[in-house]
Order: sequence, then C-alpha cells, then structure tokens
Amino acid sequence: MSIGHTLLGLLESGPRHGYDLKRAFDEKFGHDRPLHYGQVYSTMSRLLKNGLVEVDGIEPGGGPERKRYAITEAGITDVQQWLATPEKPEPYLQSTLYTKVVLALLTHRNAADILDSQRSEHLRMMRILTDRKRKGDLADQLICDHALFHLEADLRWLELTAARLDKLAQVVAK
Amino acid sequence: MRQWVRDLAMGVRFAFAGGREGWVRVLLTAVGVGLGVALLLLTTAIPNAMSVRDQREAARQDMSYSATRLKKADDTLIVGYVTTTYHDKSVRGRELEPEGSKSPLPPGVSAFPAPGEMVVSPALKKLLDSADGKLLRERLPERVVGTIGESGLIGSAELAFYRGAEGLESKINGGNVDRIERFGTPSPPSDPLDPVLLLLILVVFAVLLTPVAVFIAAAVRFGGERRDRRLAALRLVGSDARMTRRVAAGEAMAGAVVGLVLGAGFFMIGRQIAGSVELFDYSFFPSYLNPSPLLALLVAVAVPAAAVLVTQFALRGVVIEPLGVVRTAKPSRRRLWWRLLLPVGGLAMLYPMIGQGRERGNFNQYLTVGGVMLLLVGVTALLPWIVEAVVSRLGAGPVAWQLAVRRLQLSSGTAARMVNGIAVAVAGAIALQMLFAGVDSQYTQRKSEPVSGSEMAVRVTDGSPIAAAEKKVAATRGVKHVYDISDGYLGDSRTDPQHFAPVSVGTCASLREVAKLPSCRDGDVFALKGDGYAYETADVVKSGKTLWFDDSDDDPTTKTVGWTVPKDITDAQPTEDSARIGRAGLLMTPAALPAGADRLLTTELYVRLDKAVADAREYVRTTATRLNPYEEPNELVSVSRNENYAAIRGGLFVGASCVLMLIGASLLVSQLEQLRERKKLLSSLIAFGTRRSTLSLSVLWQTAIPVGLGLVLAATVGLTLGVVLLKMTDTPVSVDWASVLQMTGAGAAVVLAVTLLSLPPLLRLMRPDGLRTE
Amino acid sequence: MNAPAGSLLSADKLCKTYGPTVALDGAEFSIHPGEVVAVMGPSGSGKSTLLHCLAGIVTPDSGSITYNGREMATMNDAQRSELRRTEFGFVFQFGQLVPELTCVENVALPLRLTGTSRKEAEKTALTWMERLEVDDLRKKRPGEVSGGQGQRVAVARALVTSPRVLFADEPTGALDSLNGERVMELLTDAARSTNAAVVLVTHEARVAAWSDREIVVRDGKSRDMERAV
Repeated sequence: MSIGHTLLGLLESGPRHGYDLKRAFDEKFGHDRPLHYGQVYSTMSRLLKNGLVEVDGIEPGGGPERKRYAITEAGITDVQQWLATPEKPEPYLQSTLYTKVVLALLTHRNAADILDSQRSEHLRMMRILTDRKRKGDLADQLICDHALFHLEADLRWLELTAARLDKLAQVVAK
Repeated sequence: MRQWVRDLAMGVRFAFAGGREGWVRVLLTAVGVGLGVALLLLTTAIPNAMSVRDQREAARQDMSYSATRLKKADDTLIVGYVTTTYHDKSVRGRELEPEGSKSPLPPGVSAFPAPGEMVVSPALKKLLDSADGKLLRERLPERVVGTIGESGLIGSAELAFYRGAEGLESKINGGNVDRIERFGTPSPPSDPLDPVLLLLILVVFAVLLTPVAVFIAAAVRFGGERRDRRLAALRLVGSDARMTRRVAAGEAMAGAVVGLVLGAGFFMIGRQIAGSVELFDYSFFPSYLNPSPLLALLVAVAVPAAAVLVTQFALRGVVIEPLGVVRTAKPSRRRLWWRLLLPVGGLAMLYPMIGQGRERGNFNQYLTVGGVMLLLVGVTALLPWIVEAVVSRLGAGPVAWQLAVRRLQLSSGTAARMVNGIAVAVAGAIALQMLFAGVDSQYTQRKSEPVSGSEMAVRVTDGSPIAAAEKKVAATRGVKHVYDISDGYLGDSRTDPQHFAPVSVGTCASLREVAKLPSCRDGDVFALKGDGYAYETADVVKSGKTLWFDDSDDDPTTKTVGWTVPKDITDAQPTEDSARIGRAGLLMTPAALPAGADRLLTTELYVRLDKAVADAREYVRTTATRLNPYEEPNELVSVSRNENYAAIRGGLFVGASCVLMLIGASLLVSQLEQLRERKKLLSSLIAFGTRRSTLSLSVLWQTAIPVGLGLVLAATVGLTLGVVLLKMTDTPVSVDWASVLQMTGAGAAVVLAVTLLSLPPLLRLMRPDGLRTE
Repeated sequence: MNAPAGSLLSADKLCKTYGPTVALDGAEFSIHPGEVVAVMGPSGSGKSTLLHCLAGIVTPDSGSITYNGREMATMNDAQRSELRRTEFGFVFQFGQLVPELTCVENVALPLRLTGTSRKEAEKTALTWMERLEVDDLRKKRPGEVSGGQGQRVAVARALVTSPRVLFADEPTGALDSLNGERVMELLTDAARSTNAAVVLVTHEARVAAWSDREIVVRDGKSRDMERAV
C-alpha cells in the first residue's frame, strides 16, 4: 500500500507536523505495525520534491520533525486519482482497501463509490475467469475456481464494509 | 400418568397459543362438539320426557273404569267432557261439579272454579287473550279465574280448561258425563309414543348427530400442516413419538372441553326452545327434558375421550420426525368392498322393520338409529373412494381444470374429508324431509278440499227437537246449507241380532243429498249401493222379512220396534256426501219409518259451509257447543295441514342450514390455510402471466368437483334412506323433489359461498408482494 | 432521460415504497437484447423490487419503464400479464413449480396459458427439458426431484415460450456451488442461444460473474457500473 498517498490523504484535513502525521497514521492504520519515523521523513521529502506538499511553517528548534506540512492542489488531485483507481484484483487486498475507505471517509469523499468501483473491477476479473472456465478443460476450471473463490471473498468483504460504512464513519470521525 | 397429564396440558396450551387463527380453530371445533353434546343430551333426555308425560297423563285420568255407577257422596265429583276443537287444535275441556267437601281436585288446579268460571292452561290463556282467540272466547265465555299448573298438563303448548258447572247429575250417562271419586289410575296404562313419531324423533337425532360427528372428526384435524410443523419442532427438541402424539391429542381435547361447556349451554337453550315447539300436537315442558345424570356423565367423559381417540386414529399413519412429518408411504388405492359394507349393513339393519308401521308395531330403537347412522356414515366411507375413482379418470381440459384435477388426484382424501360433512348433512336432511312429508300426509290425509258436499256433521242431542237445532245451525254465520239425517241399524233378531243393515232416515230433500234418487215420495225406501259400510245388508234385507231396530244404548226401558222389508226397494247411487263417510244400506223417508223408531236413531245435521267465510267452521262449532257441549261436531273432510308441514320443513331447513354453515366455516378455514401455504407458488404463477381468473377458477373447481360428487352421492343415499324409512312406516313413497333440490342447492350454495369468501384472500395472496422475500 | 438507444427494456427514475419502507428511490436500468445484466446489492436494497417493476409484476409509484418502445405504465393489468406470458420468462429461488403437476406439465404450463394445445405444449416443453438435461424427469413431480434438478426444470419452464427477457431472481439461492454453477451455465447458454436478455438478481459474485455487466442497487438507488466508469 502507498504510505505516500495515505499521508497525503491525512494532510487533506489540515496542515500537520511530521510527528502528528505519524501518530495519526499509527492510530488509524498502523494497528500492530507502527510507522517508523524515518519513513515519514523520507516520504515527506519525496512528496515535497514532487510538489504534492509544501512546508507550511517551521517551529523554532530546527530539525525535520519541526516542519509543518500542508497539501497542495496537485497533492489533492493525486489523492483523488489514487482513491478512484480500483486496485488490481488480487488476494489480500484488504489493508489497502481499508486505508482507502477510511481516507475517503476522513476527507469526506464518497467511500461507497470506491467500494463499488472496486467491486466492478473484481467482477470484471471474475467474468474473465468464468469465461475461461467455460471454455477451458477441468484443470482450467479448477484453477479459475480457486481464483474466483478468493475474489469472491474480497467481494464479500466489500459488501460487508459497504453495509457498515455508516458505523465506520462514526468511528473514524472520533 | 403424570407425564400423560403434562403432555395433554401442553397440547391444550398449544391449542390456545395459535393467535387469532388458533382461537378460531378451537372455537369452530368447540361449536361442533357443543352441538353434538347438546344433541346427545337432548336425546338422552327424551325417554325421561316421555315417561314424565305419561305419568302426568295418567295422573289426570278421569275415567271411572267401573262397571257400576258410583253413588253421590262427599268425595265424588261429576266430570263432563267438553273438549272442543279450535283451528285444528284440540282444546281439552272438562266441566267439574264437586258434590261434597272432599271432592278430588284435578292435578294442577288449586280450587274448583264456580259455575261461570274456568281455569285454563297458560297456552290457552295466551290464545284467549290474543286476537287469534276471539272466536274461541265466544265459545268459552267463562271468566278465567286461574291457570292450570304444570303438573296438570302434558305439554307447554297444550290447550286445556276446567270450568265449573251445576246440574250435571241428570246428564250422567257413563260416557260424556260421569261421576268419579279420584283422578288418576292406580296402574297407568302406559300410552306409548306412536312408533312412527318415535321413529321420526330417532331419525331426526341420528340425522343431526351424524354430520356433527363427522364434523368433529374433521375439526380435530384442522390446521394439520401447521400442527405438523409444531409437532416436528417438539420432536427436534427431544420429545419422543408417543409424547408428541399425546400433545396432539391434548390440542384436540382443548376444543372438545370448550365444546362440552358450549354444549351444556346449547342444551339449556335447546331445552327452552323445546318448550315452545309443538310437533304433531306433541309439546314438552322444559323441565321434562332432564337427561339422566349417568348418561350426562357418560357424554361428558365420552366426548373429550372421543376427540383424543380420533386424533390418535388420524395420526396412526403419520410418523412425526424431528425434521417434519412423514405420511407413511403412498396411501394404497382405496378399496371399495369394505366401504360398501357400511351402507349395506345399514340397509340390512333397517330392512326387517319394513312395513312395521302398518301394524303400529314398535321399531327397534337401536336397529333404527344404528341403521340410519350406518347408512349416513357410509357416505363418508364411499365418498373418498368415489372422488378418487372419478378424479383419476378426469383428464385434459383448460389450465384451471388441469390444476384443480391434478391437485385432487394428489390429495383426494383431503378434498373428500372436507366435503364429507356436507354430504352427510344433505343426505340426512333429504331423507328426513321425505319422511316428514310422507308421515305428515299420512297423519292428515291431504285430500283436496271438496268442491261440493257437506263438511261438518253436528250431532243433535237425543230427544231434543231436531227442527230447532237445525234452525240455529242454519242461522250460523258461514253456513250455506243444512240437512238432517237420522241413522240407526236394523238387526236380524229382536233380542240378540247378529247381522245388521244400516238405515238412514230423512225427508226426500235430505235423502237427495245422500243419494241420487230417480224419484222420491214420502213413504219410499231405497237401497243405497256403492262401496260404503253396508254390513250385511245384502243378507238381511230380504223382501217380507221382519227386521228390528237396534237399541244401541242397551237401555232395558226402551222397546225395540220391528219393520218388515217391503217389496219395492229402489236402488240408488251414493252422492259425494255418502261416499265420503261410507254411507250405505237402506234409505227411508219418514213415512216409511215405523212409529216409535225415531227414539232409536241418532240425528246429525249435515252442514255445507260458505267457503268465502274463513272461520265458518269455528262459528259452527260454537253453535254446536251451545246446542250440546258434550259432543263435538264431526269433520267430514279432513283439513289439509299444509301450513304445519311448511313450518316443519322450514325448521328442518334452518337446522340443516346451520349445520351446513358450521361445516362451511370450517371449510373456509382449511381453504384459507391451504391457500396461505401456497402463497409463494401463487405469486410466482401470477408473475409468469397466469390470469387471476384462471387461478380463481381452479380454486372453484377444486371444491366444486368433490362437492358435486358428494351431493350426487348424498342425494342417492338420502333418497334411498327416505324410501326405506317411508316403507318402514308403510307410507306411500313419493319423492319431494323440491326439497331434494333445496337441500342439494343449500349444499352447493355453501361451497359457492366458501369459494367466494376465499376469493378476496386469494386475490390478496396473488398480489406480487408474495414474491418479496426480504 | 429517454431510453438508451438500442435498449430492449429500460427504466428511469423508479420510485416504489411499501408502507414506510422505501424500496426504490430513483433507480435506473437498461438492457439490450441478448445481454445478461446482473442486479447486485445487499439484502433489502430493492433489487427484487426493481426486477418486479421491470417485469410488470409491480407498478412503480413513479418513473417510467419502457419495453420495446412501449411505456409499461400505459398498459393495464391484463396487457402486462399477457406481456409476462408471451415475452418474459421467470425463474425464482424456490416455490415456483406447481407440486401437483408433473415436471413436463410444469414446463408446458406457460405455453398452455397462451392457448397452445396440451400435446404441442408438452412436445416443446420436452425439447427444452432436453437442453437443460432434465428430460428424464418428465413424469416425476417436483417433490420427487432434487433442488438443482427442480431449478433446471424451472429454467426450462422460463424459456419454453422463447421469451425476449428472462428474469431470474436468485436462481441459485437454494443450491450448492456445483449445482448453482451448472444452472447458471445452462441458463446463460440457453439465453444466449436464443438472444434473450437476462435480468439476473443475485447477491453472489460468482453468479454475477456469469453476466456481461452489473448494476448495483443500494438504498433504492441504482448504479450502472459500466456507465459510471
């Protein structure tokens, strides 16, 4: 998953210090894997370089951790594009999808749209697999079925999440 | 045992826990059971009622039964028989003249009415007070000073009076006026109920009871599918098969027990109604109808027990598994032979009694009820077979027909069961109506009203002037014509005659009324031919032979008079008047009558009524009462009692309709239950474009086919039973097609009504909402 | 919005409420001949109601449905019933076969409703049962066949009138994966071979994967995923 896009998304709600960003990321997405501080620093410099963020102000005391970052217009567009692009259907997508949904909720974008387009992408893949299955031999069918069942599991998760969007929005807003 | 009670109790709880539907089901069952219980109680009360009636009748018996005439004493009473008839109803009347302080009081009377006063039965009091009784009041002008108590009457509708009198002693004749010293006979001659009437009563109860029993048997299976699911659920949580059956039995018992309570209520109501019903001049007091406690107890125990047994029986082919109910295998094809046994057995039980009504012999009650019930129950055994046999042969047809036929083929038993009750009720009602119609016409010969001739004959008191009486009768309102004929008998011996010839004496004008005479002069004698009661006229009336006027009174003081048969006796043919009363023998003009013979004749005034005067008969009776209260005028033509029969037929129709309605209600309940179970299917059929009319029509066919078959069978069995019953009473068989049509029509109407009533829910079920799953 | 060009059946701004429940709230739909469109969405989203409206079983409170150029709202109940008899076919999740009729009689039923003679109808029915590989069940009653077989009989019945639109509401809902697969394969093959459009309501992705395109219904609103992208 893209830490850059995630941090950018977090900045959309307002300028933050690097330390705040790390804390917000850990709280919302880090779970059992907190972000290393260095990762924040290097990511932010890359984003700065690409003009997706700008330094909003520097607290006295120096050091990168004192910089306050703000998202630029280009940055907002970048987040938008990232969110709107469905992930390539493959197993174990949930962490990326989850991040996207939460970010969408945080930035008051339509999270359901993300889920729907992701579903569409999954279905597109499933259709291809189904078609291959229809035309293929037993081995093809078995291989395709395995993929289909995995994709179906993703889709079920998408459905479930869609059904729980309101609840999730409340939790995220806290 | 404890377990048993617990299981049954659980079933009872289930029965009431089914929401509104459960209640309706329990209530319908209860009403059916209640009707059955009430009928059973009434049946068990009838023997008791009859014996109470007999006792009352015996207790007021006022015949002296004594060859020697009593002497006047302190404890004697003179009774005059003044019974009269009013509007075809007999009014029992007695004149009482106590001869001392210890004269016996009739039962139900607390004090002797004084001359000019009378005590009357409540029914008579009501009649006298009403506008209908105006003419009777003219006949009975005495002041009403009290009513006769229940102990002095044999029915609530009995019309009776006792009136005070004086100077009766001179009229004592051992017949209409007599002296007695007590009421009642020490050994009451039991006056058994007319066997034909008893048969009627037995058949009425058998006919009403059987459909109710069939209904109960069907009612305990109400809500079958839902119950099956409930029982399966019970099995799932661990109750064993026998426990489950007991729970099912408990459910059935709930309805039966509520039914017992209702039945007791129905019985009390029925008892009161019975008190106001009069059938063929029989009526009862409600207090007569007390079932013997033992029989009542038997009913109270037997009915719930029967409900439990029927359920167990119904469940015998059913295996209740935790995951649902399995009907054991496919029901094997229905066999005909044992089903035929029932009606054939019924006929066999009735057959030996054919013709017994002729000798007024008694019908064996058990054979009668058993036979009738077997025949009727035979309907329920035959119907499933017929439905199955017919339906399996039905084939191609429009979609509605196909749907209905296929469904019937799959479950013809259910369909037949639903119709059984209706078929039995209709069969019974048809038979009963035939019997009623036949017996009624026998009890009151329904001749058409004569176009000419006399309708009444008023007896002139012996020794009183005939002309004066004739004048009074002629002056009565509604009388068109009066003539008098005096009758007597000529015997072949002066002292101990063995052979007789009847003789009728009258003026030429009078004789022309009774015979077609070529010519007539005073002094002529004729021989009246025809098929009347001529006795031995042909043997004794020989020219030149002396015959003797018979002294009917055996009074030694009267002397008999002889008469020599003349040579020239002209033959004459009877008129309608003579034919009607069977007059035959000799006709004499007054001049031909030997002197002194007139004392040995009795005179009657023959009255022709003005048909335009509605109550002409009553006016004549009143006049006759005034002339001679102790002798009633004779009716020469029996009056048709169409009105009465119509009332009975109406009542029977109402009763049968009530039973049909009850069955209809249960039909509707199970119909709706069935429809609800098919909700999904109906909606999907509608979805792929089935016309609503097609589905409605198929529902109609589904009931109409078995009901049509049921009604045909019912009509057949009903007519057969009716014919057998009529033959038993020795009544000419005639089929009352109108009532056959009426009853089958009522049965068909019930089906139509059930179908119509189930249409709105059906249409609602066919709405696409039925497809919604979420 | 007018019916999209070339579409066989389309709906616009459909609204339908059942009492307090809003089933449809401005849903849209369109399908081309020969197209298989899956209608997806969670339970209670209104997808079945959408199918019922499209099939003319339920009249929407507002909005328009056009079939083959005809506005459905202008038809009366009899005309809509006739449409369902002649132009549409239906497969439901369960409870659709008449238990008293044999399988072949069930399949022949829609033809009989349109007035075809019994013999003719059963002959046609049998050819469809062969295509769905259930012709050996013709004498059996629905109660005697398995769920998958029953569903294939139902598909045969839905196709027996050669409908132009086949409505399938959770056709595999009561079946296991293998039987569901088979039913879907036979259903889509048969539909494609007769160029029938299929409106397939399902909540299962693997069933929807047999479609050409899907529409998502959520809270009574529809999203056509193809046009949205």
